[in-house]
Amino acid sequence: MDLEYGPEYIEFTAEVAKFCKQYQGLSFKDGPKTPFASSGASRGAEMHRSEWQKILIEKGYFARSVPKEYGGYGGAADMLKTRIIAAEFSKSKTPTPMGGQGIDMLVPTLLELGTEEQKQRYIQPTLHGEMIWCQGYSEPGAGSDLASLQTKGELINGEWVINGQKIWTSTAQFSQMCFCLVRTEPDAPKHAGISYLLIPMDTPGIEVRPLVDMTLKPGFNEVFFTDVKIPEGNIIGKRGEGWAVANATLGHERGSLAPPDATMSRLNMLIDLMKNETLDGQPLIEHPIYRDRLMQIQGKVLAQQSHGLRLLSAKLNPGTDVKIGKMIQKLTGTELRHELEGLAIDVMGEIGTLYEQSPHIKNDGTWQLTYMYFLGLIIGGGTSQIQKNIIAERGLGMPKEPKIQGA
Amino acid sequence: MYFGLSEEQSFFKDNVKKYLEDNASLDQIRQIASGDEAHTSKEIHRGFLNLGISGLLIPEEFGGLGLDLLFAAVVSEGLGSCIGPVPYIAPYVMAPTAILAAGSQAQKEQYLTKIASNEIQIGVGFSEFIGSRNDAGLIFDNGILRGRAMFVLDAQTATHLLLADSLGQMFIVDAKSSSIEVITLTTVDKTRQYAEIICTDTPAEVLEQSSASQDHIVKAIEAGRIMLAADTLGASQTMIDQAVDYAKERKQFGRAIGSFQAVKHMCAEMVADLEPCYALVWHAAHCHEGSPDEAKLMACHAKAHISEMGKGIAKKATEVHGGMGFTDLLGLHYWFKRIGMNRQLLGSPELIREEAMKYQLQKK
Repeated sequence: MDLEYGPEYIEFTAEVAKFCKQYQGLSFKDGPKTPFASSGASRGAEMHRSEWQKILIEKGYFARSVPKEYGGYGGAADMLKTRIIAAEFSKSKTPTPMGGQGIDMLVPTLLELGTEEQKQRYIQPTLHGEMIWCQGYSEPGAGSDLASLQTKGELINGEWVINGQKIWTSTAQFSQMCFCLVRTEPDAPKHAGISYLLIPMDTPGIEVRPLVDMTLKPGFNEVFFTDVKIPEGNIIGKRGEGWAVANATLGHERGSLAPPDATMSRLNMLIDLMKNETLDGQPLIEHPIYRDRLMQIQGKVLAQQSHGLRLLSAKLNPGTDVKIGKMIQKLTGTELRHELEGLAIDVMGEIGTLYEQSPHIKNDGTWQLTYMYFLGLIIGGGTSQIQKNIIAERGLGMPKEPKIQGA
Repeated sequence: MYFGLSEEQSFFKDNVKKYLEDNASLDQIRQIASGDEAHTSKEIHRGFLNLGISGLLIPEEFGGLGLDLLFAAVVSEGLGSCIGPVPYIAPYVMAPTAILAAGSQAQKEQYLTKIASNEIQIGVGFSEFIGSRNDAGLIFDNGILRGRAMFVLDAQTATHLLLADSLGQMFIVDAKSSSIEVITLTTVDKTRQYAEIICTDTPAEVLEQSSASQDHIVKAIEAGRIMLAADTLGASQTMIDQAVDYAKERKQFGRAIGSFQAVKHMCAEMVADLEPCYALVWHAAHCHEGSPDEAKLMACHAKAHISEMGKGIAKKATEVHGGMGFTDLLGLHYWFKRIGMNRQLLGSPELIREEAMKYQLQKK
């Protein structure tokens, strides 16, 4: 056990902290582009998001391991530095780099499996936040059973002609591009008939309809494709290899949905809330039942944070077996976060139900919003039930359910 | 940066497990549980000590190995996984930790050296300090201890006892003194010993620093709690492993019951509950030495959180076995009961969480 990062990293921490101080209070002329991109505190410098992205890349605080020729920093991947950057940005409330599915999922996929031309063309504008991507995976009839998707792509006169519908498509309304799973080989077995296509969202025949979720925000969209024509070369991997291409990045999404540090910072907000809010004149934190529930959650959060350190250590020290440890991340992270947000609502009682711009609302209404948002994340990205299948079947080697003929 | 067990620690754990698997089979544990095999129990204990257990935490200057609490935790995990029927937490973790923290130089030389060389074995009874139940109570006056301590650990085979009063003062008494009555308490857990101790004008030696500050007894209790957490960790893992194996083998409706989601999801839930507990126990054990507020919080949560997870796992793992889980034939209930016992010892989850709350509020 050695929890020290070493002198190089202590220096690096100081450097990042100094940088954050310089940009504290930064705000954006063009607002956040993705729903959960932090906009930072106001009353500081103002700039466009893409300028900020460029500054962060230049310092090596973002796109650190993306090669220089594709617009990244071109450094070696360094998990500890990544962690230090995240921690310092979060501590000082400096706006974080943009996230989103283009940056988190498409860029790694392109780096691994894209052609040289695709890398040159897409990665830099994506990193700069000038090219936003949405993910066209799920369909009304293909949710947990994603590989049964039916959106059809036919190669006609050197163009893909796409017809069908996607759903749960976050950020489609702002996106310039869509990375999309399409059935191109109707006669092949279901996993072998899919291709991974790149579709410009301004192509004629695409209709985006907002899908309002339970938070009453248009978090998702439905996307309809009617005779949408794109060039034959807009494909990652070969025809019929789309399932493997998509799986190269799905694992990436699952780990990042509920990072333990973010959960810890929400727990600390909850503790502050309970110190300040009163019930019959007594601070909530002195209420024996509420405080016991708080401490139960703190136990879980600490366990998860320590577990995060164990996983980080496994990345730094190859050869450590944490296979099951990684598989539980999505399930436990999203469930715990939902529980934590729900406790905040419970301790506030009726006050906890206030929403949007109501008088008396606490912490800008984030408790209700995040409580619901995390229910969405429990379902999205592979439901908790699917996660349990994965843990049991791939982690514990338990037998699969017998297949139903034709499914 | 490295978060995890060292090679030596993993080796130590495997040694403990291997020793117990070879020498403390379920049949032998059954004999010990039925009370007619004190001989077997002594044999197992002797072999266990040959692994270097008694001097684990004792500094080299007093003849021990001078290892840290993470080593002690992995031993405890090994014991839990095999429900090792041997004294451990009291004589080899809590007593040395208390004496190291609160003993005078002379006391350290006298007791630590003898613990390391297996000349003495100290049982521990701190229940008066942690939470006195009903009419128990120990009063120290002028070198004499009077009253009753409950749930004293490993007293029956001990040569000495380390007892505490409600102020957190710690006393060493001669376990074989005629002024001491040792009454065996029969609990659900038959793999370890629990006793009520009645002191009638018992001459007692105060651990020198323990009158000045409660920090010392708290440190020993934290060490004990981390050990109990590790024991539950090991026991829970064994229960999960058994449940998973059983669900792969047992067939109903023409298929392995583990292929039903109702069953496999229970297994996945147990794993998801337990897996983060490894990191929590290791982290708590690693932090124990420095013991700032963060470490205190960690020790509390290690015990309280793993007690909660263990309780759920003990229930689910039994359920996965169906009716067989409920019988004595598989012996699964020994693990169930050990986990249940660990949960109540040295503070139940609710009591410990209240302590954690106090540490949290003290934090700057």
